[in-house]
Amino acid sequence: MTVTTPATGQALPPVELVTCTIDGIEMSVPKGTLIIRAAEQLGIEVPRFCDHPLLSPVAACRMCLVEIEGQPKPQPACAVAVGDKMVIKTQMTSEIADTAQRGVMEFLLINHPLDCPVCDKGGECPLQNQAMTAGHAESRYNGVKRTFPKPINVSAQILLDRERCVSCARCTRFADEIAGDPFIELLERGAHQQVGTADDQPFDSYFSGNTVQICPVGALTSADYRFKARPFDLVSTPSTCEHCAAGCGLRVDDRRNKVQRRLALDVPEVNEEWNCDKGRFAFTYLDTDRITHPWVRDEDGDLVPASWPEAIAIAAEKLAGVRGKVGVLTGGRVTREDAYMYGKFARLALDSDDVDFRSRATSTEEAQFLASSVAGSGLGVTYADLEKAPIVLLVGIEPEEEAPIVFLRLRKATLEGSTKVAAISSWASPGFAKTGGTVLAAAPGAETEVIEALATNAATLSEAASAVATALREPGSIILLGERLSAHPGAISAVSNLAGASGAALAWIPRRAGERGALDAGALAGVLPGGRPLTDAAARAEVSAVWGTHADALPSQPGLAFAEVIDAVLTPPIAEEPAPGTEADDALIIAETAVESAAVATDSDNEAADAAAQNAGIDADLEEPEPRISGLVIGGVEIDDLPNPDKFREALRDVDVVISLETRLSGVDAYADVIFPVAVDTERAGSYTNWEGRVRPFGKILKDAFTLTDGRVLAMIADQLDVNIGTGEPAQVRRELDELGTFSGPRVAPPAVPAQSVSTPEPGQAILASWRHLLDLGVLQAGEKYLAATARPAVARLSGATAAGIGAIDGEAVTVASDSGSITLPLLVTDMPDGVVWIPGNSPGSEVNSSLAVVPGAVVSITAGGAA
Amino acid sequence: MAELPQAVRGFSTTFFTMFRKVNTEQYPEDKDKYPPKPAFHGRHQLNRHPDGLEKCVGCELCAWACPADAIYVEGADNEEGERHSPGERYGVVYQINYLRCILCGLCIEACPTRALTMTNEYELADNSREKLIYEKDDLLAPLMPGMAEAPHAMVAGTTAKDYYEGKVTGATPAQLEEVAAREAAKAAAQAASDAAALEQVADVDALGVAVAGAKSKYAANAKEEALAARATDAGKGGEQ
Repeated sequence: MTVTTPATGQALPPVELVTCTIDGIEMSVPKGTLIIRAAEQLGIEVPRFCDHPLLSPVAACRMCLVEIEGQPKPQPACAVAVGDKMVIKTQMTSEIADTAQRGVMEFLLINHPLDCPVCDKGGECPLQNQAMTAGHAESRYNGVKRTFPKPINVSAQILLDRERCVSCARCTRFADEIAGDPFIELLERGAHQQVGTADDQPFDSYFSGNTVQICPVGALTSADYRFKARPFDLVSTPSTCEHCAAGCGLRVDDRRNKVQRRLALDVPEVNEEWNCDKGRFAFTYLDTDRITHPWVRDEDGDLVPASWPEAIAIAAEKLAGVRGKVGVLTGGRVTREDAYMYGKFARLALDSDDVDFRSRATSTEEAQFLASSVAGSGLGVTYADLEKAPIVLLVGIEPEEEAPIVFLRLRKATLEGSTKVAAISSWASPGFAKTGGTVLAAAPGAETEVIEALATNAATLSEAASAVATALREPGSIILLGERLSAHPGAISAVSNLAGASGAALAWIPRRAGERGALDAGALAGVLPGGRPLTDAAARAEVSAVWGTHADALPSQPGLAFAEVIDAVLTPPIAEEPAPGTEADDALIIAETAVESAAVATDSDNEAADAAAQNAGIDADLEEPEPRISGLVIGGVEIDDLPNPDKFREALRDVDVVISLETRLSGVDAYADVIFPVAVDTERAGSYTNWEGRVRPFGKILKDAFTLTDGRVLAMIADQLDVNIGTGEPAQVRRELDELGTFSGPRVAPPAVPAQSVSTPEPGQAILASWRHLLDLGVLQAGEKYLAATARPAVARLSGATAAGIGAIDGEAVTVASDSGSITLPLLVTDMPDGVVWIPGNSPGSEVNSSLAVVPGAVVSITAGGAA
Repeated sequence: MAELPQAVRGFSTTFFTMFRKVNTEQYPEDKDKYPPKPAFHGRHQLNRHPDGLEKCVGCELCAWACPADAIYVEGADNEEGERHSPGERYGVVYQINYLRCILCGLCIEACPTRALTMTNEYELADNSREKLIYEKDDLLAPLMPGMAEAPHAMVAGTTAKDYYEGKVTGATPAQLEEVAAREAAKAAAQAASDAAALEQVADVDALGVAVAGAKSKYAANAKEEALAARATDAGKGGEQ
């Protein structure tokens, strides 16, 4: 994104063509094309089970037999490449091929239970369909069929019915070649051949759901969709996944306005035909604990149901009272369109630029980097670029956990042999190990040193690091930057600098689906839509022209970011000293002292202080300094995603006005004055921008849903405030976004924050390293028990020396503690730097934010054994 | 002959018809006299295996075959201890909408387990649309002698195939016991909740709390119900 991939200037080598004849039609195809693919180009469908365009050919099922002139026996079309002058006859023109295929089908059905009525695949089953087109109506087999006990769990989510299997090996090839989790394999031989797992290792792969989708029979089914519906019940709608920044295409199947299952859509430039289990199975949240009507807080402080006009009127009245002092905090749930409306609402209706979409650990350095290099930069590094890159350097990101499709592409690229992967990380995660890359070990916070060393390519570098530094200077090399690095001051500046120094392209991969879109749509303080700097008069003029306002109507000073908004609520500016000797009597001094103490004290003290001020007969409000932030508009913020949840709760309690736009009760509701129910993805149209900068639109799925989008609710509040910000309907917003386009003028400078010295842990302490597992306690995975059961177990990781230092034993409990709390997990001794402890960020028993309230890079204490 | 008045000619037809054989069938008074033909396509029935388990596996083939989209089925997994049919799958929701059904019988032809057949019942009229959507309870065949109400376990040592091949002929003592135990537990739970309601009423009495409006009405109802329940329980005890 900062630096685009340099043009290679190499002409593609000419493709060598061979000419063949299929069913009497002559055609030329590139050399090496399989017969089955060549026939497809002619529109001739050869029946097949084992063949899959993205998997290696095996010719396991023998269904695709075709006649090749000069060959004594029919040959499998999926495994034989077209030869020059080859004459091929498929079942369309060849009696031999047709007989062979019908014979194979009869064989396959000998041991098939034909239990279609109770099989989930019934109705969309290639075996059913091809038995009709290429099978005999009657079986000549009268013997006993091979039987197995009905389905066995190869994992909590995936069920295997071995009777139905035709041993095509699609699942085992997928697990081995694509996911790199070869936990299932073909066992036994002959008639006893079956798919199975090792006794102690279930098929707990993050991509296991794909095997269900590619299984050509009903042998692999998911516990989640078991017996739920038939294909003819379902309405299928293409959509986009909301779980991470990968932007996978999804097919969402609903029955009577309830989502029954989700499948991966074939989007070659993004997710190919795969997706992860989170994207496939985690959708129960869509109709769990939803808010169905607005709520307002009455005089007694109780939430009571309200009508829409009433709630809108109250929200508008409250916001009008604090106009100019409102922070707009939104989260990763929002679409590009809704994020745009949050930004527009803040700037036009609230006269505020205090808007931020980053509900997580953040820094101003990150905001500056995003404004300078990412916002409105359009399509940058793509998935295809990853496959061609000589090296991909991962900084602050774990692709398998945080953007699984990026991991699949990296693995594909490394298996092809052209791409190398390196990571600056504290240890080589299982996902990273599958890409066979180099880890440049660094404790959290110490990444900056490594990055700076790579930028200078100093002679002092280790052999591995030097190889990485050299490779980064080759054309096409890529640096992938994760959002986690924002917790370490200086790191993002160093990465930006490294990209400039080495010429590598830089891409930012946030963890959530909505972040890149929100950034491009201007839901960040100081950044207007299309990456326009708020401080730039020309940029403001462009935006106000589209918004139909006077250029002065937009704030011209950048507002506060997420953390700053919270701080502004909790620490109001200190009151100016009253002029001595004028009106300062004793009572006033008492009141002022009380107010000042309130500024630093806790809530209960605050009340006491207020009471003291009132006792003194003075209206405390008169003397209290004007707070910078008095109101919050919050949409899509999950409190436990913030580095210090309690601090945020305190801010919510202290602030005068809280307006919440939520799909379900999220924790903000306890403090909200007005709560509006808003739509989830199945109920609205919208789009996400994935990490590449590719806009991935989706339409409304549940046709009967009438829930309003965030943007629509904001527009109604704005109407009540007599401000026109449009209708907020996704289609209208999209037109506006298209009209705005991107900014061509100068951006702000990239950040240049100096690196901070890394804290050195004392004995009994360690630097905290942490990232989240793909499957964890995330609210969008709520209610998915089968999925949750396939999650990776939570363990604490220490190096051997560090573990020995505190007397901890592999496999036994270790306690990680901060001032706020502690986490106890079993220890797994790992090859990693000394003095670093790694724990998962949000897994059962390991909720870093809510338990420890520190960010990675902080020093925590570690002790052997359970919590005291 | 002089022209008879037209009225007389007309009434003569009426007069002679009075002595002809009557073709009218009296419905509903005499409906049993004229039963429909055995092959008549009437209301559907969901059949049971001889031990009372349901034959329906929830495969939805009937819904698929239905040209009028009158059938709605949801399948579900037979859990251990909650078995409704032999094998893995049963129909948890089964609805036929008789406002839509054209009684063509394609559904019963599609049924792979002979779970769905049609009876001769033709009185399919009612006074609301809701009542004409028949649920599974309305469609399930009545329990015949030797059957035990599902859910219960399969006959020990048999498979779904044995049921399909007709090897199961009736409920075994084990199955009957299981169902009886379940019914007893259900009755006990009901009695316990009744007793709790009674206690609540007693508390109210003891405290002598005068509860106004709906609340007192509720308490009075609860009291009556509780007393009635106690009376019934006592009656049952007497019979035993």
